[in-house]
Amino acid sequence: MYAYDESIEAMDKEIKEVPAKKNSGLPDYKMTVDNLNFWYGSNKVLHDVSINVVKNKVTALIGPSGCGKSTFLRTLNRMNETIPGTRMEGMVRLDDADIYNDVGDPSHIRTRIGMVFQKSNPFPKSIFDNVAYGLRVNGIKEKQLVTDVVQESLRRAALWDEVKDILDHSAYTLSGGQQQRLCIARALAIRPEVILMDEPASALDPISTSRIEDLIGELKREYTIVIVTHNMQQAARVSDFTGFFYQGNLIEYGNTKEIFTRPKIKRTEDYVTGRFG
Amino acid sequence: MSQSTFDIEKKVTTEKLRFKPKSKGYIPRGATFLAVVIIILMLAIILGNIIFGGAGTISVKFLTHPPEQGMEAGGIFPAIFGTVFLVLLMVIAVVPVGVLTAIYLHEYTSPTSKITKIIRVAINNLAGVPSIVFGLFGLGFFVGFIGDGIDSLFYNSEGPVWGQPAIIWASLTLALLTLPVVIVSTEEALRTIPSELKDASYALGGTKLQTITRIIIPQALPGILTGSILAISRGAGEVAPIMFTGVAYYLPYLPAKLNDQFMELGYHIYVMATQSPDVEATKPILFGTVLVLLVLTFMLNFVAIYLRSRMRRKRVRV
Repeated sequence: MYAYDESIEAMDKEIKEVPAKKNSGLPDYKMTVDNLNFWYGSNKVLHDVSINVVKNKVTALIGPSGCGKSTFLRTLNRMNETIPGTRMEGMVRLDDADIYNDVGDPSHIRTRIGMVFQKSNPFPKSIFDNVAYGLRVNGIKEKQLVTDVVQESLRRAALWDEVKDILDHSAYTLSGGQQQRLCIARALAIRPEVILMDEPASALDPISTSRIEDLIGELKREYTIVIVTHNMQQAARVSDFTGFFYQGNLIEYGNTKEIFTRPKIKRTEDYVTGRFG
Repeated sequence: MSQSTFDIEKKVTTEKLRFKPKSKGYIPRGATFLAVVIIILMLAIILGNIIFGGAGTISVKFLTHPPEQGMEAGGIFPAIFGTVFLVLLMVIAVVPVGVLTAIYLHEYTSPTSKITKIIRVAINNLAGVPSIVFGLFGLGFFVGFIGDGIDSLFYNSEGPVWGQPAIIWASLTLALLTLPVVIVSTEEALRTIPSELKDASYALGGTKLQTITRIIIPQALPGILTGSILAISRGAGEVAPIMFTGVAYYLPYLPAKLNDQFMELGYHIYVMATQSPDVEATKPILFGTVLVLLVLTFMLNFVAIYLRSRMRRKRVRV
């Protein structure tokens, strides 16, 4: 209906050499993780984590500091490989493809599995160039196409009205909450299938936080979202599924309502009711 | 069970702990202050001496004319020209190699790996080698080995073409000497780049090379610039490394080709002070030359400091 629909198609052709999607028999699972183990040097931080991420749902990962939930999140798009001295075992699949074996350069899989970080981390560039960055590094140069995708991404991140007249200003002129929405817009611009969010609102004030949460609710219509959060109310508000991590183990994983109201495991109950952590 | 730590019996009564009275610390304060005074005094004497001795000599003619009458009159233009030419060639050689080395060390190896440690030790040792050793190395390696090699491979002429002291060999020798400066300041700049920025680039599908060229190098540019200028101000004052590799006592022409010899300010000072037929008569020119060299070096240092402070102010918030 608008120009961007064509641009989606163009981008799909140009930047996504998607490995052929076969019917896996697990149509609801966007990502599956089997027996994931992870080490920093000789320090093992994840123990046999297995989880299925359901398509077009929000999956929240909760747990006390240092429980491995952020590390786990970063294994889902191979971000941990940028840290020297780490080692991983196990299988992570996106649809049917083993993301650690099926595709060549790890940068490729990250165009399909995007990420938003805890601290908003815009580049020291203009607002426009921040959103366009992902397109440009993936070889999209055509001006009109880039402009359309930037505009569309900013709209989807509910930032367009605030920045439409200052696209050439430095991203650092924005407030913290706006910067984080810019980072979300930037992640949306490369049209990922999955968006990983590592405590995306932990550094924001309550109003900005609620805007981000509303946004997550909108985004799940098109994207599969995995969010790490310290804030249990947030997990309860935004997520459909919740996994509880403790000391590198996935203790319990299930429907968010169940986890928060009828957890099966005592430790989960202690955590979600605030008895520890 | 719940025994307070205050229930433990004291073996030493408080009265027994008689602390020594302390002096008010005039001696350390005085000694450190004295050291500072000595330094400032020395600096003032050196600068004052040079400025009083040399300021009168500085004129347009002095800066734009060649030496005359066995260096007892005329100017120092060929030496200024030679210094600028030399340093320019040195920068062209040292900056790419130094920056690439720093990027390799910081981005492609883990800081704890053995190879990184060995390379770092090598760089530190390079920084500690006396400059006269670089001069001899330049003569042996660049002039003797590379230069002669080129001559025997590509030239059949009688005399040496490249296998002789020349500005290219002198500048390469200086580049080797100043390499650690560029590497260290580039690495320092790379360290200040928040990992969040690199993460953002990787998370958007940027490859390592794209992250380096689009995010890391632009961010490190002020630091790279600072390093280059520090290298220039170090290289511009060095005499020993160029003594055997290309500098000339006096030349009637300016260097125009890479295998020409050249005159240089530092060496010019050295020859006027020690080799000139009449040392007394060249004294005003000598002071003037020293002043020019000092001003040149100070100016470069000021630019470096200015750039660095700008970089610190404009640095990305972590």
